[in-house]
Amino acid sequence: MTAGTEIEGLLRELAPQVVVRLVRRYGDFDSCEDAVQEALLSAAQQWPVEGRPDNPKGWLITVASRRLIEMVRSDVARRRREETAGLLEPPDGAEAAAEDDSLTLLLLCCHPSLTLPSQVALTLRAVGGLTTAEIARAFLVPESTIGQRISRAKQRIKAGGAEFRLPPPEERSERIAAVLQVLYLIFNEGYTASSGAALLRAELTAEAIRLTRQLHAVLPDDGEAAGLLALMLLTDARRPARTRPDGALVPLAEQDRGRWDRQAIDEGIALMTRTLAEGPVGPYQLQAAIAAVHAEAPNAEDTDWPQILGLYDLLDTLAPGPMVTLNRIVAVAMTHGPERGLRELAAAETDDALSGHHRVHAVRAHLLEMTGDREAARDAYVLAARRTLSVPEQRYLESRAATLGPGEVGFSATSNA
Amino acid sequence: MKYLVLIYTNLEARRLWEQLPEAEQAAGLQAYTALNEDLASSGEMIVSESLADPSLARHVTVRDGQAMTTDGPFAEAKEQLAGFYLVECDSIERATEIAARIPEAEAGVVEVRPVRTYNGLEM
Repeated sequence: MTAGTEIEGLLRELAPQVVVRLVRRYGDFDSCEDAVQEALLSAAQQWPVEGRPDNPKGWLITVASRRLIEMVRSDVARRRREETAGLLEPPDGAEAAAEDDSLTLLLLCCHPSLTLPSQVALTLRAVGGLTTAEIARAFLVPESTIGQRISRAKQRIKAGGAEFRLPPPEERSERIAAVLQVLYLIFNEGYTASSGAALLRAELTAEAIRLTRQLHAVLPDDGEAAGLLALMLLTDARRPARTRPDGALVPLAEQDRGRWDRQAIDEGIALMTRTLAEGPVGPYQLQAAIAAVHAEAPNAEDTDWPQILGLYDLLDTLAPGPMVTLNRIVAVAMTHGPERGLRELAAAETDDALSGHHRVHAVRAHLLEMTGDREAARDAYVLAARRTLSVPEQRYLESRAATLGPGEVGFSATSNA
Repeated sequence: MKYLVLIYTNLEARRLWEQLPEAEQAAGLQAYTALNEDLASSGEMIVSESLADPSLARHVTVRDGQAMTTDGPFAEAKEQLAGFYLVECDSIERATEIAARIPEAEAGVVEVRPVRTYNGLEM
């Protein structure tokens, strides 16, 4: 690890702690978070040159506090001064160390009054310690766009009167569910990209795992937090095997399982074993359990499909959705044969959420291929390739169609982009 | 999700626009300003540009490695691209809502196209 990435790691670790310290002392989340962001930027510039201070956290708190006071005094921030000046007195008992502070901060960043993209941006900055520029690069949008999402999010929090404290117990599980959704979205954003700013994308995945690990540490008894962590670990374990050097996706059945990350798999399975024994089962735990069944199969042929089907049946009852329906149908086909899968697919397709979706065509293509109807399978692959928004998926589907014989694959000017 | 919102206009719409009283033209331009401000502050705006007159366009073709260019105007095109928005928003429904706020939607036509992504799940 180079000095630069070591400092970066330390800054990300300290960022939420410093935000929490300032908010506890000065009250105003919006300005405090801005001040911390500037302190982090200063540290990222100065520390590699001047050396790391003896007390990095103290340094950040001092610099951020100074910056906050400058902001309040500054004429440019006159309006902000009027709103904030009264808040500069520490609230009573605010300095009391609270174990739940990092959870409170996460819950605030994932406040239900915010849109999902805003929750993601604010969480990555305030809790993850990423800069606006880093977030913008990872999501392939301009820095100003992310900057606006963050400032809009903070305005909404302020306008909605949300405070820096834990929500009442009756709201807590719903609020935690929102946090889990944001963390999972960050993970997927990083995991499913196979090109573009690939390095930064991998960093998003690592960041999501790091934050979920922290959440699990604060909420060790929350089965879904543990389930989500296990799901991320078990999914990320496949990363080395899931793309070819040219960026093409390797389907699960064709992956070289020897390249899966055993350590991540072991950790994920251990988490699942502990969690499933303990309490009520939720959607993340079920998805993690499905990933664990795949991870335990030495090769694709030995996959325990009946067990996977059982888990999808449960998931379909607990948290139904179009993708659960489709994945369940694949498990049906693998357990009871492709004909039954095709029948269930035809029935499922009448649902508005699925009709015309490219994944329906992709699953149909796959099942038709299993029945041996090459021509119909090829047509379905072509249809799916045309309708997907994902370039790697399109390449994969077109290559499946091509292996099934000649036919119109559809010229695509951008598929080599 | 990113969406490209393409604004097409036609000669008829342009003629109508030019005949509008100044106050109504100003209102149309204000609608654009308001839309731009809303999209910027919501964090949905990525980029937006208004395109110069199609008579300034140049068509480029490469055949057998030879680049050929033709200058406009291209009168055969009934609907002409006049500008675009690249936005990032939650759903195509939201992108459609944005498209409907574009004044040209009342005279010309506005098209919403999802942008291809490099995201993909192993299947």
